Amino acid sequence: MSILIITFYLFSLSAIAGGLMTVISRNPVHSVLWLILAFLSSAGLFVLLGAEFLAMLLIIVYVGAVAVLFLFVVMMLDVDFSTLKAEMAGYLPIALLIGVVLVMQLGMAFGVWSYAETALGAREVLANSQHHNTKALGLILYDRYFILFQLSGLILLVAMIGAIVLTLRHRKNVKRQNILSQIYRDPDKSVEIRDVKPGQGL
Amino acid sequence: MAEFLNSSWGIALILISQGLMMAVFLLLSAYFLIYADRKVWAAVQMRRGPNVVGAFGLLQSGADMLKLVFKEIIIPAGADKPVFFLAPLISFVMAILAWAVIPLNEGWVLSEINVALLFVFAISSLEVYGVIMGGWASNSKYPFLGSLRSAAQMISYEVSIGLIIIGVIISTGSMNFGDIVRAQDGNLGIFNWYWLPHFPMVFLFFISALAETNRPPFDLPEAESELVAGFQVEYSSTPFLLFMAGELIAVFLMCALTTLLFFGGWLSPIPGLADGFHWMLAKMGFFFFVFAMVKAITPRYRYDQLMRLGWKVFLPISLGWVIFVAFFAKFEMFGGVYARWVIGA
Repeated sequence: MSILIITFYLFSLSAIAGGLMTVISRNPVHSVLWLILAFLSSAGLFVLLGAEFLAMLLIIVYVGAVAVLFLFVVMMLDVDFSTLKAEMAGYLPIALLIGVVLVMQLGMAFGVWSYAETALGAREVLANSQHHNTKALGLILYDRYFILFQLSGLILLVAMIGAIVLTLRHRKNVKRQNILSQIYRDPDKSVEIRDVKPGQGL
Repeated sequence: MAEFLNSSWGIALILISQGLMMAVFLLLSAYFLIYADRKVWAAVQMRRGPNVVGAFGLLQSGADMLKLVFKEIIIPAGADKPVFFLAPLISFVMAILAWAVIPLNEGWVLSEINVALLFVFAISSLEVYGVIMGGWASNSKYPFLGSLRSAAQMISYEVSIGLIIIGVIISTGSMNFGDIVRAQDGNLGIFNWYWLPHFPMVFLFFISALAETNRPPFDLPEAESELVAGFQVEYSSTPFLLFMAGELIAVFLMCALTTLLFFGGWLSPIPGLADGFHWMLAKMGFFFFVFAMVKAITPRYRYDQLMRLGWKVFLPISLGWVIFVAFFAKFEMFGGVYARWVIGA
């Protein structure tokens, strides 16, 4: 057994274990941490496939940004888990129904799954091409699918602005610091020297 | 023997031993860096610093380390034990892990990968987990507040570091550190390096590096006047040592990154002198000295000013710089200094 196969099984096992523990661990913070393990293991699998650029992006975007946000929210939540569990029991039949339907669909999909004759060859060509996969991805995204790529960026921008507009509230009566006005404050206008006569005051 | 070394197990063995050598190098440098840090800090404040243990106090770091290791590990009541111990491990391992792709000389690198710069960036984005987990698992208010602050701070400054790095990547056309350093080679020595065309970004990168590694003046997570010691409050003994060593190695990593990205790595500053490992080490040492000086002479930032600086000053400037560099590189302006493949350096 070569090192490559051992690492493959190691990453796959930890990805599956991470996913499983995400679902079944009782503490939500532990769930997020297991989720991070699953992300990291799938990044490792990407590296084994020769897709190192995707692997790094997976870590930077999902682990470095999205999972941190998850962790933030979950840590701040003050949830009473016993009441949550009692409520959850009521949804059990529906959840079971959805689960069974999903499993059936997956079974149907994988039951008829078969590789095309050329599929394996096509994958090998990609991995062995002369370009690094950063360059290959760049050429595809910025040359061939330029318009689609820009449009997806535009959609994200609109979504971001929408989220900000929905949540931004300008509260009145809040003192805010204006750095520029502080810097440009004129000492002549803000400080005044008075000659105070003894016994009289101002 | 030669046959075994070419098999996959032999290669794995070589990699492991090289990794161990790198770890030993890092731990040794951490040992002397903490001594240097304290000496510089003391000199600025006209104190003597560590001078009792060993000649010139050189053994002080070792004495401190032994003291920490032999102390009792105290676990707070109600702490989440596995996460509590995972946190210092993460922050230590991640700090060392990033060095896998850092070259110390031409070809002296553990793993020569195409996406080296992205790898370092990804690993440094993982370092924040050590802080968050440590603060949460301690089950106490000060650590939790410290970890929340620190997480927000590290994420904010990562954004501007990422954008600054993109400028260098555009200029080089590669994310490999070897290529980046080779692109800075030329007949003019020090004036061929990236600090000149990317001049304003050097400062932005350095300040962002200070914030990213939680060094003063941005050491808000452990601001001792407000939060005792931030996320480290409940840690004692070896876990604390791991946190401290990890932090120091992360600082050293930032020195190495500054050297490689903007100051020509192992290239000699004077044309004609031989390039080599000593230049790399000297430059890293110099930047660590600057780190130590900054710690000694600047007062701590207020938290809202820190966030304002990150999001409202650094982010727009570095974003604008990326656009400028892309423009200069595309049209090969200024004799092609922003597009190094043109002048063939």
